[in-house]
Amino acid sequence: MHLGIDEPRECQYNQICTHNSSPMETPHSKKRKVKRKWQIFPGRNKFYCNGRIMMAKQTGVFYLTIVLILVTSGLFFAFDCPFLASNLTPAIPAIGGVLFLFVIGMLLRASFSDPGVLPRATPEEAADVERQIDAANGAGGPGYRPPPRTREVVINGQTVKLKYCFTCKIFRPPRASHCSLCDNCVERFDHHCPWVGNCVGKRNYRFFYLFILSLSFLTIFIFAFVITHVILRSNRTGFLSALKDSPASVLEVVVCFFSVWSIVGLSGFHTYLISSNQTTNEDIKGSWSTKRGKDNYNPYSYGNILTNCCAALCGPLPPSLIDRRGFVQPDTPQPAAQSNGTNTCPTTQLQSHMAAVTTPLLHAQPILLGGGPVLQPKPSVGGPCSALGPGQPSLPSSIPGLSCGGEVLALHDSENHCHHHLHHQHFISPEETPCAAHLGHHMPLYDPASQDSLHEDSVRGLVKLSSV
Amino acid sequence: CRPFKSISVFGCIKFIKYEVLALWQTHSLQDLRQQAAIASKVFVQRDYTSGTICKFQTKFPSELETRIEKQQFEETVQTLNNLYAEAEKLGGKSYLEGCLACLTAYTIFLCMETHYEKVLKKIAKYIQEQNEKVYAPLGLLLTDPIERGLRVVEITIFEDRSIGSR
Repeated sequence: MHLGIDEPRECQYNQICTHNSSPMETPHSKKRKVKRKWQIFPGRNKFYCNGRIMMAKQTGVFYLTIVLILVTSGLFFAFDCPFLASNLTPAIPAIGGVLFLFVIGMLLRASFSDPGVLPRATPEEAADVERQIDAANGAGGPGYRPPPRTREVVINGQTVKLKYCFTCKIFRPPRASHCSLCDNCVERFDHHCPWVGNCVGKRNYRFFYLFILSLSFLTIFIFAFVITHVILRSNRTGFLSALKDSPASVLEVVVCFFSVWSIVGLSGFHTYLISSNQTTNEDIKGSWSTKRGKDNYNPYSYGNILTNCCAALCGPLPPSLIDRRGFVQPDTPQPAAQSNGTNTCPTTQLQSHMAAVTTPLLHAQPILLGGGPVLQPKPSVGGPCSALGPGQPSLPSSIPGLSCGGEVLALHDSENHCHHHLHHQHFISPEETPCAAHLGHHMPLYDPASQDSLHEDSVRGLVKLSSV
Repeated sequence: CRPFKSISVFGCIKFIKYEVLALWQTHSLQDLRQQAAIASKVFVQRDYTSGTICKFQTKFPSELETRIEKQQFEETVQTLNNLYAEAEKLGGKSYLEGCLACLTAYTIFLCMETHYEKVLKKIAKYIQEQNEKVYAPLGLLLTDPIERGLRVVEITIFEDRSIGSR
């Protein structure tokens, strides 16, 4: 033990020397650059305004939606409203204006907010779940393929199967589903809406519903008053000259005519879903339909249409679980590609010293200095793909076919659903970018600056020790 | 020389123990977690038997049997469950808040916190208080479930190193 006393003095000086004079660490400690969590987010989302706005990767159709609404409303206010305001009542443009602002507000809110994305499991959690699954499955033979990972839970008398998500490494809560386009598990997943440019889930379902409801009112409003305008004009000057005087009306009527069928139909469909407390996903799969079984019923419904509506639209708004604007903490398990070189030497010295003195305070874990999770002795590379637990092959998360069948079904489901919308087949299959390449520009994730503060604390302790 | 050195070693260890306590007060619990020896983590999973509301299983994990009393653990989890139920409660107050928010086009949340956020703050305070009073003295640390996406209550077990062992 007395050797342990002599060693720390030398070790301590070495520690300080290597720490301060290391050329690799000094520039980093001066910079102290911390990343926000959205910058290392593993899903396939786009973030704007420093993480405040969150959208899906493909936003082309969203811009089309915005353009259609702006152009049609703009034409209405510019060409039809002056006539209607002077000949009928100025309340028409006023009401139209309020409706228009509401529609745009709800659209932006639905598009820009977090739909209820579930953050992926930390490596320790994933390992724990793996252990539980292995224990549940029992030891199979070498050629034995384990059954798909499901857990059964009884909710209000109905047996519900919870599926394991291979990408997110979690057992999905009931009603959650993995969106193949955004590559996230979303709570109370309804569908992925390309018109809105985002998934529709627990947190933004009410905004989506209010958007389509108000848009159907706006469409009907514009349609009705443009027809009124043309009729009133033709009474005065004749039909053809009326059309010549306000050519924009023709365009508006055409757009509104085609929109009304789909938007009003969609509003009606979602009103039915809300009143029975189902998601689009569940309705399309027929999860709670009586065709599946006589005793099949929806366990989430409150039994009362009014309560279901109130719960969906006026219930408490849950907070975002992904904390996109938070700062990345130094102790969160991250790959540390370059941590291997400089730190292993001081680590081993420190560890041998600690073995002598036996103190929990100064014992430096590989998790800290190595930067990798406790269960993985080797630091892993490749961005947050290292969040895939130990013992798992590194699947690029963007291959839906290999994941749970439910996810592919979600893709098909949302395709079927979007036939409700005007004919388009916008999203086909997600681009299969390998995870590392996709997030390559977010490297390096290892933050030596924050590790330095840990070093400092440890060293401070060592200094105090030596002074005793 | 030898007895002197062993005495000074004991003195060091005692000093270090005080250092741990001092650090506990000056640094955040998170810093301490980084610096102390992490032995293992236990995860208390969600309980979905009542639906999709946030509720955690009160089943006592076997790894904690030697560390904490079952009743104390269950009480903590039950209080957390009650707090989350309060956050998600459907009632007159939440409907009023929802309608008011809708009428103001949700701009009201720029100045006001939602009820859920208020309760989350209460939960964070409760967890910190529990950690300070009950769990830290036993060498355990509760992690706020919101940091794990409301999936699990993570309990970190710190290894209890006695003086004699190496």
